[in-house]
Amino acid sequence: MINFLILPILIPLISGVLLIFAAKHVMLQRWIAGLSALLTVIFSALLVQKVKTDGIQTLNLSNWEAPFGITLVSDMMSALLVLTTSIVAFACLIYSFKSIGHEREKYYYYAAFSFLIVGVNGAFTTGDIFNLFVFFEVMLMSSYVLIVLGGTKIQLRESVKYILVNVISSALFVIAVGFLYSVVGTLNMAHISVRISEISEVAQPGIITVIAVLFLIVFGLKGAIFPLYFWLPGSYYAPPAPVLALFGALLTKVGVYSIARTYTLFFYHDTGFTHQLLSTLAILTIILGVIGALAYWDIKKIVIYNIIIAVGVILVGLSSMTPDSLAGSIFYLIHDMLVKAALFLLAGIMAAIAGTSNLKKITGLIKQYPGLGWTFFIAALTLAGIPPFSGFIGKVLIVKGGFEAENFWGAAIVLMSSLLVLFSIMKIFINGFWGTPRAYKDADQVPVGKLMIAPVILIILGVFYGVGSEFVFPYISQAAETLSNPNIYIEAVLKEY
Amino acid sequence: MEILMAFIIGILFMSATYLMLSKSLLRIIIGTGLLSHGAHLLLLTMGGLKRGAAPLLGEHAPSYTDPLPQALILTAIVISFGVTAFFLVLAYRTYQELGTDNMDRLRGNEGND
Repeated sequence: MINFLILPILIPLISGVLLIFAAKHVMLQRWIAGLSALLTVIFSALLVQKVKTDGIQTLNLSNWEAPFGITLVSDMMSALLVLTTSIVAFACLIYSFKSIGHEREKYYYYAAFSFLIVGVNGAFTTGDIFNLFVFFEVMLMSSYVLIVLGGTKIQLRESVKYILVNVISSALFVIAVGFLYSVVGTLNMAHISVRISEISEVAQPGIITVIAVLFLIVFGLKGAIFPLYFWLPGSYYAPPAPVLALFGALLTKVGVYSIARTYTLFFYHDTGFTHQLLSTLAILTIILGVIGALAYWDIKKIVIYNIIIAVGVILVGLSSMTPDSLAGSIFYLIHDMLVKAALFLLAGIMAAIAGTSNLKKITGLIKQYPGLGWTFFIAALTLAGIPPFSGFIGKVLIVKGGFEAENFWGAAIVLMSSLLVLFSIMKIFINGFWGTPRAYKDADQVPVGKLMIAPVILIILGVFYGVGSEFVFPYISQAAETLSNPNIYIEAVLKEY
Repeated sequence: MEILMAFIIGILFMSATYLMLSKSLLRIIIGTGLLSHGAHLLLLTMGGLKRGAAPLLGEHAPSYTDPLPQALILTAIVISFGVTAFFLVLAYRTYQELGTDNMDRLRGNEGND
């Protein structure tokens, strides 16, 4: 089977189409969506193993030779991200079964969910810059539907802003692709990289630097980096918990992946200006995210600002451009997808029990819900990077790489941010779980035991990911090798170069 | 010709930015329409505006215009059409539910949910 790498895109696409026909049959929808999510997990795990043994997988669609047709490329990084996406999607799906409610389920919730996974998996797998734009739009269009589905006032109000920001960033993406096409005359990512190397042999022309910054603005708007994150806290506050978990774990990470891909494959010749800019913005992203996470007394808001911090940490590792820091970034990226999804789901359960997400109105939950409390505690420690858990190794590598590349500020800020992240998340634990228990009105209607399945799966995986890092690390280092040496990627796509 | 197009596209972007910074939601949507016009014209211009036949092999011309940007624009047009349709219906629903199209009154805070 040479077409393995298209299956994580194809399976959700087919199930999404089927789900449109099954709109009124909620149980049938759940079975179709659940089965397709499970199949996606299985096939993406097989894909990771395939990439591990046979190297980078490429697929020229319709047998057109590499620079002329659309090529799907699955190197280790994208295969791992596809696997993580599938796992997070599966967890959010089984959480949705118990929490999202029949009203939303009847109006194409699962179809939009499947198409979102198509968009994310496609964006991770594609090897063509315009095709990346198209998969971005598939992902964004489904996210518009998911964010507004239900039509409450806050959802309507916030989705207006969310859509406006994304329409502008999509137009900027088209503009950036237009500029790049006029300079290099190709759209295949590997071929663009070759062409940019050819014109950058003496010095990188100014226009390439301008395009690099334009791409940073585009993907920074998607991925919420420092001056461009303003839309995120409001928009992510609106949708229900499983949608929020899906967004928090996947959408910004696609932006981060795209920055990683373009900055290691296209714009690596003259890193003086572009990567310095990336590093500065990443540091400011962490600082502003930390300020937000400390300022709020709202469970969802605190976790939302933690997304921004994590984006900053990953980009600090990326901007150092040493093999260690790149490996750290990939490690932290996958860790963050798993743990953020789990945290949002746990926060959703807490908010459902208490009927509010205001931390000042929640207290003493551990008396009645010890399982929820200790799971949240482990999730919090994992997020902050306490040694046996998964956040630790990623951050250690990022800091080590930062010191090697003499990016002292970046490394120091990453270290200090861990402490404040721990403080912000422990604030939830101490105030929400300790203290005198209080009776909540609608708490009996919340099926806590069934809702806990999804976050517990994610946390177990997260803990395994940290404790079994000896087992995981060969995969990560293979991914980092492709990032630090783009020729491997180019040779895999364009056979004759 | 490319220089003239660059000026026209610049004016489109300028108007789009101005409209998107206004208070009325409908003006903002008109702004996004102008922005996508500008982006599509930019794709066409950046592909090159040299003379040549329309990209139909039946023309048997010595040279053709570049077909790739045209395909990209066609894709981008239908995508922005879909998004604009969604956005317009969303604006309509927002007007029905919240009773205003003034962006100043669509702010979020605790009491305004």
